[in-house]
Amino acid sequence: MALSDRRDLLILGGGLVGMTLALAAAKEGFSSHVVDRADPAELTAEGFDGRASAISTASWNLFRNIGLAEGLDKHACPIATIAVTDQLKPGRIDFSPEPHEGTLGRMFANRQLRLALFEAARGEPLIAWHSQAEIVARERGEHAVSATLADGQELAGALMIAAEGRGSPTREEAGLAIAKWDYRHRAIITGLEHEKPHENVAWEIFYPAGPFALLPMLDGADGTHRSALVWTVDEADAAGTLKLSDRAFLAEVDKRMGDLFGAVTAVGPRASFPLGFHHTARITGDRLALVGDSAHGIHPIAGQGLNLGLRDVGALVEVLADGARLGLEPGDAQLLARYEKWRGLDAFMVALATDGLTRLFGIPGPAASAVRRFGMGGVQRMPLLKRWFMDEARGVSGDVPEMLRA
Amino acid sequence: MSDATTSPRSNSTPPSTGGATIRPEEAEHFGRLAREWWDPQGSSAMLHRLNPVRLGFIREAVDEHWGGDAESAKPLAGKTALDVGCGAGLLCEPLARLGAAVTGVDAAPENVAAATAHADGARLDIRYLPGELAELDLGRFDLVTCLEVIEHVADKAVLLRSLAERLVPGGLAILSTPNRTPQSKLLLVEGAEAVGMIPKGTHHWSDFVTPEELCELLREAGLEPLAMKGIGFSPMKGLHLSDDLSLNYILSAKPA
Ligand SMILES: Cc1cc2nc3c(=O)[nH]c(=O)nc-3n(C[C@H](O)[C@H](O)[C@H](O)COP(=O)(O)OP(=O)(O)OC[C@H]3O[C@@H](n4cnc5c(N)ncnc54)[C@H](O)[C@@H]3O)c2cc1C
Repeated sequence: MALSDRRDLLILGGGLVGMTLALAAAKEGFSSHVVDRADPAELTAEGFDGRASAISTASWNLFRNIGLAEGLDKHACPIATIAVTDQLKPGRIDFSPEPHEGTLGRMFANRQLRLALFEAARGEPLIAWHSQAEIVARERGEHAVSATLADGQELAGALMIAAEGRGSPTREEAGLAIAKWDYRHRAIITGLEHEKPHENVAWEIFYPAGPFALLPMLDGADGTHRSALVWTVDEADAAGTLKLSDRAFLAEVDKRMGDLFGAVTAVGPRASFPLGFHHTARITGDRLALVGDSAHGIHPIAGQGLNLGLRDVGALVEVLADGARLGLEPGDAQLLARYEKWRGLDAFMVALATDGLTRLFGIPGPAASAVRRFGMGGVQRMPLLKRWFMDEARGVSGDVPEMLRA
Repeated sequence: MSDATTSPRSNSTPPSTGGATIRPEEAEHFGRLAREWWDPQGSSAMLHRLNPVRLGFIREAVDEHWGGDAESAKPLAGKTALDVGCGAGLLCEPLARLGAAVTGVDAAPENVAAATAHADGARLDIRYLPGELAELDLGRFDLVTCLEVIEHVADKAVLLRSLAERLVPGGLAILSTPNRTPQSKLLLVEGAEAVGMIPKGTHHWSDFVTPEELCELLREAGLEPLAMKGIGFSPMKGLHLSDDLSLNYILSAKPA
């Protein structure tokens, strides 16, 4: 084992969650290796990831606590209201916080988040970032963990963290079983320009095939009004939809948006992602913790995926820091048990609730539509549930890690 | 992650101590279990779970006693610590990470061997010595800990006196032990041993001391009790510090 460079954490996967973890851990004095196979220059190239993320108030607190908020603030588009409708029929539910409760979250282009994270990581001496690195072997021993890279380098740490996203090879290798079901749906992601301003409303419009979500983005430099589109289509229709000409695609989008934002004037490059729900019963192993999408992936309609991963980050760093105060090292089994107890249930609750939403709104037919509308009214009538939705969107429910508090 | 072991998967606790006070059959019992110590799911699972709880008490006592900063990484930097009945080093290692120069003593040589091997792997510099506390010439320490040991010892007054002798003036002692109550009899002895949470033969209920008795014994040994907490168990919280002393308790003391 490379004696010279043994660090506290060996983070495999330096995506949004893995890199935030490295930065948050560094704030508490933990050193880390971050290993990612991707090229950061490509990841932050204009147009690579058309995806946008809703950052909840809790996640924003985390960014503030690790010093990212100041630089990111100018790229944020606040969400004032979340409006949910069933095929644009009457029965819209609005989730709006009271004025003193602040916003429901902020929209960011993922590219901006990556730029901010990568810049901070480069300036953090406690982070050793190995990008474009292929991992050929992983080892978890009694006292340490290590990863061997294709170029022969061996990186060591006290705790291995799998942050490689939903296909996590580290999770697979550890044999942590995941419960998953495939929705047989794809999300088509693109940016839209439209005539009227969005007034900071995020729309979730439910169609039988799946939800159509419009997320408010900052106006362009030239004053154009913009939103991010996440359009869920049946896997069978996805290829065809992606192949449509810009003009035909625009017409399809226009039809589904009704007159919400006036005419849609332009669409950006389209990307698509397969959708699925997965959840691991166990999110830790010997000297191993899963965070982010490697631990849980959920349908993106409620915009909770990244937020959930950032809560993993806050919880894990808090558990490790509390442990260090007691002289316990990062790989200590008792600390990992606390992390699993804390995050396992929370992640599952959110996954279940979002999955329930999809199933509720994803069944075609008039009966289902009635049920859906009843469901909608039901939510409207149930302040508790509504409150839960709003709190969840802002990320303030459950046992919130210290770093995610204001 | 665990040491390979051939001993039965009974569950256990611990340590054995210094003093001509230790019963020979107990030293043998724990020696057999030594290799299983470091398996968090193994025979010492209960002790592993107890560790963050008792370390929480120790951290607070240390900060309180020496006026340290609750956030500092090395509150024991520059201090010496002695753990009596150290087993395979479950407590010594965290104390070393907190900055102390640590000595661990255990009557069972097998425990000491396991502890030394583990500390090497963890790259911690800890001095482990087999033998009886009273017979070792160790000098004095800032911090002396003796956790889950006194209940295994026949002559408790002798043990407490030798603990007191190892403390520098202004030093701090930490002890923990099960209480002698109907609850502890039911849970720790009959219950936990019956379901295998703790290895059979670990505890003899009649050897347990109550907090009142222990405080009296401490005073006789020249130690003044400072703070005391119960270690309770609930299904929701697991093991935790509480004001309920009926199962197990942990206390701090200083030379009077
Ligand atoms: C369509 C869609 C819309 C979404 N919208 C939202 C939203 O609005 N709000 C929200 O909060 N969440 C949203 N999510 C979820 C969100 O994108 C994810 O939860 C988040 O990106 C997870 O981050 P991660 O770091 O865990 O995984 P990823 O972002 O998948 O990052 C994994 C990283 O690991 C690296 N990697 C993978 N394999 C290896 C390997 N073998 N070796 C080395 N490195 C490796 C990759 O290069 C990558 O950098 C959405 C998801 C989808 C699909």
